[in-house]
Amino acid sequence: MHELSIAQSLLAIIREEMQKHGSPRLISVKVRHGRLSAIVPDALAMSFEALTMDTALAGARLDTEEIPLVLACRACGTKFSPESSDYVFAPCPACGEELGHTVVSGKELYIEYLELDEAQGT
Amino acid sequence: MQIPVVRNILEANARVSDDLKTLFAQKGILALNLMSSPGAGKTTLLERTLTDLASEFSMAVIEGDLQTDNDAQRVAATGAQAVQINTEGGCHLTSAQVLAACKELSLDGLDILFIENVGNLVCPAEFDVGEDHKITLLSVTEGDDKPEKYPLMFNISSALVLNKTDLLPYVDFSLERASNFARGLNADIRIFPVSCRAREGLDAWYDWLRAARAAKKR
Repeated sequence: MHELSIAQSLLAIIREEMQKHGSPRLISVKVRHGRLSAIVPDALAMSFEALTMDTALAGARLDTEEIPLVLACRACGTKFSPESSDYVFAPCPACGEELGHTVVSGKELYIEYLELDEAQGT
Repeated sequence: MQIPVVRNILEANARVSDDLKTLFAQKGILALNLMSSPGAGKTTLLERTLTDLASEFSMAVIEGDLQTDNDAQRVAATGAQAVQINTEGGCHLTSAQVLAACKELSLDGLDILFIENVGNLVCPAEFDVGEDHKITLLSVTEGDDKPEKYPLMFNISSALVLNKTDLLPYVDFSLERASNFARGLNADIRIFPVSCRAREGLDAWYDWLRAARAAKKR
């Protein structure tokens, strides 16, 4: 359940940004997570809901989007996204090399944007 | 209104981890984050290592567990400094917990700090704790496809210790298969088959430790 501590960190950032922009209400937050970061969207949503219940953030929407895994071939450098979930032995479409590719994307975990209510009185 | 943020959700953890890195660099301490599933043998590997290298290095251990200080007592019995962190349900150590534990250790003159993470092959991989290297331990009773099932941990580890090799005759575990999976995820990973119980294969692990220690000059 590392989703719970991720939700805590997420909320800390949200509260900071809301204060910075003087907004009283969060409408939604968009989180992007790489396929290798092992985030279960349902578990994150549940943690988010549990932690915002009975707070000023209650009812805010959490949107998540997975970032596909992109590898760079060890042998020829070609970038590709392996099709199957078995990416341990991912054959490079260009040269066929199967092992030791570099992860170009797929480890990310970040907030892309917040949707906030207009600040009161501005 | 939509506000672009683009902030790493784990930035608070990353910030303290960077502080720890600076602290360890100033003190010339090699910090290692030891991760595995529960029961793979992290504490036994530490007991052996702390005993066998006691005359070469000054070593300390930060023990992460959900409950109890059993493991801290085991490693303290070797004479090394040990601090226990009880996460009380938390499935991984955070950099803030490690920083707090460091304040209870005497860091001056320390050569190697082992941070024994909570037994778990998923969550600890997401949280840096100021370490120079992540080390993953896998025991042969767990199945040789673990690297394939838990790719991130093996992808980001510098070394893989395959423990309990004395049990290989009794289990369907292929060292070659496990090694191939691990190298598929991480071409540079160093692999050490050992039996902590039978005291086999540990010399190669110790040599790696010596080299990593030497690379981190005081």
